[in-house]
Amino acid sequence: MKIGVVTFPGSLDDADARRAAAVAGAEAVALWHGDADLHGVDAVILPGGFSYGDYLRAGAISRFAPVMETVIKKAGEGLPVLGICNGFQVLCEAHLLPGALIKNHVRKFVCKDQPLRIENNRTAWTSDYDANHEITIVLKNQDGSYVADEATLDRLEGEGRVVARYLGQNPNGSYRDIAGISNERGNVVGLMPHPEHCVETLTGPSTDGLGFFTSVLKAVVAS
Amino acid sequence: MSTDTVSNASSTPDVEQPWAELGLKPDEYQRIRDILDRRPTSCELAMYSVMWSEHCSYKSSKVHLKKFGDIPQETPAGKMLAGIGENAGVIDIGEGYAVTFKVESHNHPSYVEPYQGAATGVGGIVRDILAMGARPVAVMDPLRFGPLDAPDTKRVLPGIVSGVGGYGNSLGLPNIGGEVVFDSTYLGNPLVNALCVGVMKHEDLHLANATGIGNQIILYGAKTGGDGIGGVSVLASETFAEGGPTKRPAVQVGDPFMEKLLIECTLELFAARLVEGIQDLGGAGLSCATSELASAGDGGMYVSLDKVPLRDASLAPEEILMSESQERMMAVVTPDNVEAFLKICAKWDVQADVIGEVTDTGRLQIDWHGERVVDVPPRTVAHEGPVYERPYARPSWQDELQADGAEKLPRATTGEELRDTLLTLIASPNLCDKSWVTDQYDRYVLGNSVLAQPEDSGMIRVDETSGLGVAVSTDCNGRFAKLDPYTGAKLALAESYRNVATTGARPAAVTDCLNFGSPEDPAVMWQFSEAIRGLVDGCIELGIPVTGGNVSFYNQTGETPILPTPVVGVLGVIDDVTRRTPIGFTAEMEGHQLYLLGETDEELSGSEWAHVVHGHLGGRPPAVDLAAEQQLADILINASRDGLIDAAHDVSDGGVAQTLVESALRGGVGARVWAPDGLDPFLFLFAESAGRAVVAVPRTEEVRFTDMCTARRFPHAKIGVITGDTLDVQDQFEIPLAELQATWSATLPAALG
Repeated sequence: MKIGVVTFPGSLDDADARRAAAVAGAEAVALWHGDADLHGVDAVILPGGFSYGDYLRAGAISRFAPVMETVIKKAGEGLPVLGICNGFQVLCEAHLLPGALIKNHVRKFVCKDQPLRIENNRTAWTSDYDANHEITIVLKNQDGSYVADEATLDRLEGEGRVVARYLGQNPNGSYRDIAGISNERGNVVGLMPHPEHCVETLTGPSTDGLGFFTSVLKAVVAS
Repeated sequence: MSTDTVSNASSTPDVEQPWAELGLKPDEYQRIRDILDRRPTSCELAMYSVMWSEHCSYKSSKVHLKKFGDIPQETPAGKMLAGIGENAGVIDIGEGYAVTFKVESHNHPSYVEPYQGAATGVGGIVRDILAMGARPVAVMDPLRFGPLDAPDTKRVLPGIVSGVGGYGNSLGLPNIGGEVVFDSTYLGNPLVNALCVGVMKHEDLHLANATGIGNQIILYGAKTGGDGIGGVSVLASETFAEGGPTKRPAVQVGDPFMEKLLIECTLELFAARLVEGIQDLGGAGLSCATSELASAGDGGMYVSLDKVPLRDASLAPEEILMSESQERMMAVVTPDNVEAFLKICAKWDVQADVIGEVTDTGRLQIDWHGERVVDVPPRTVAHEGPVYERPYARPSWQDELQADGAEKLPRATTGEELRDTLLTLIASPNLCDKSWVTDQYDRYVLGNSVLAQPEDSGMIRVDETSGLGVAVSTDCNGRFAKLDPYTGAKLALAESYRNVATTGARPAAVTDCLNFGSPEDPAVMWQFSEAIRGLVDGCIELGIPVTGGNVSFYNQTGETPILPTPVVGVLGVIDDVTRRTPIGFTAEMEGHQLYLLGETDEELSGSEWAHVVHGHLGGRPPAVDLAAEQQLADILINASRDGLIDAAHDVSDGGVAQTLVESALRGGVGARVWAPDGLDPFLFLFAESAGRAVVAVPRTEEVRFTDMCTARRFPHAKIGVITGDTLDVQDQFEIPLAELQATWSATLPAALG
């Protein structure tokens, strides 16, 4: 069982995502943005960071990386893909997920331990959580405010595709407190907070993030 | 438009040169002429002027800094692998690992342009660490500002904080600690100090020298632009009055994305063994890198300036030599390895160009458009600059200041007054919650942050299997240093040492950032020499060496210098990070016994209480007893290793009251406490005696713990128990944690939005 983690120029949490995959029991495989070959991985993580410095629009350049052509194609065939933070931004830019992420409404970088509710535990990345499971994981971002038009938001809500929602004070101005969403099939998930920083009590505020990685192991085995 | 070549300089000895505008003194200019046996070219003049500046040459501090050499170059953790004089000191921490760390200042640029000044301060220290061969793993930022309510602080602070965060976050380095301090003397001169820690295997250590005749000089990273040229634009405007470059910003502009690429690219170059010598480009840019690499090597160096890739084609050669454009590195590479070197740079989209080679001439020779514009002995530029024995004298006001102790000021006596004092203090700018600042920094990236602010020190896991780790703290109380710079420097060292030991790590090495006023003021020079004397004596007594650091002079507003601020960073080593001791009182610790370790004396001068309640600064700082600090550290480290304590927090600014409030709020559980027998409740809560810590001992370990303290004859007193949701000072007052939290956390958001 192999989980690939893509490194774009400016990816920062790639090693962390590989560690989390390994802690969950998977073999972590480093994938390179310029290589379109996914090297036989069973799932892909697009990690956090500031790819290409986020100087244009977050994720706008990485979306054109050679590896993304394959990721987009395979995602359409059901390959589990998780975009975390900058990875979520890349997924939106690649139109694998609807909507966009803009600058935090507080106009500052925000790093905090954030309570969330897992609202959809039927995706490839959340099946190990109970329905409406409340977890606390790391949130750290500059452009974390999820936006979409009302019709899209209504559709996401109606189809149960809001995967996670912020609890308590909204940290970044995301519409309807949305922290994460999925595609229709549930194999592609974008999440603004960072589960990969919450797999060890020694270095994170909790181990609440581990479920994302154990979930995908089960999803792969089941398929 | 003509270039001032070497032959031109030889044939026109009497040309007037703008040496004074470049900050050179008459005798310094004459010395350059003597060295070269002719007048310098304008390029040479530019190089000498910037390399002989206070910032680059340490000409006022050198004679004092030499004293750091008196400290034995051995650390409790292992031998020093590189010391002062390299880009950063390196120590052996065992298991084949080495650690390098250093703190530097970027004070003046951060006042002019807070965001970029602070950002490039982080970038510069990270490249210093990278140049040693290490992977940077964490940063810390000791920051000092004018009064929180001053209008200019609202310009300077948010910019600096967002610059530190904007650069460090984009680089993927966790920010694990530092300081945020307010004092009126920093109003026109904030202090931005930046510390970086790096980790490597012993065999990866790289030093900055250009050896091997015929080896190639490669400049890689960002293109060279017109930023950070500063005073040298005088030259350009002299030489190129018409059609030349326009005036340029003196403050550099950072590109953290490029720096991230530079880090990964450089580490891959090291891993492939393609680098013979390496140097980052920081202050004085190419002038510094070429002259330092050449003079540390065994020959000379030739550089063709035409090969330097430019962001702005109109730059003059003097400006190319001076530019402080960020995110650039210079490597010495054998001819065989050049192709492989360039290939790795291309993989990371990093521009790389061969711009010269190591020669056997013994001279640094630089050409521009086929003509020689620089021909100098490199050591005269890099290492043989002027050295000054600045006059220094204990200021006339020092006696009067020391005679005016805070111990005589009126104090709170009733429970109600003590309660009010506590709430006033915890809401004061220096003692309040700093998360408005630290929540703008990523403390989690890389996944090895075991402890981060507001813990006593930041701690990073180095080896995921063995649990080997390092802890770092930075500290300085400038008010203590003003009252007595010798003792103040020792107190800064003692506090940082204690903060590292409190987390369970054994202190091993010191870096310092010596921030002072003008060295031309004998009173400031006396403060400086006294602080160094204090640090040297303190390090010898504690058995830990200074591995490197930085001096920043001319920190003053008009005639008023800043508080003498010798910021001390101590790095410690811990064998197993799972044994670390945090500060918080958590629910699992309900019922644990609280002990105060160390002696509390009537020491209030220079304290936060005197500062906040009375606006007073006078008297003598708390006594410092480094033998006691060592004993305390031993107890804290052993107790952590043996599982005798579950929480510990050092006592410093604000006294025991502040310590208890921070521990209770950190873990969410309160405490019932009392003053030990014979100690006045006010002194118990607010005195700032050094050498103390509060520890939480499980009931089952109480006997073993107190036996250990007794056996070592170390003062220890039971002061309470962890319990409930209030801070209950028996017979005096009780405050709910919710009220403490609200009071402590409201200050910065209210002032800064």
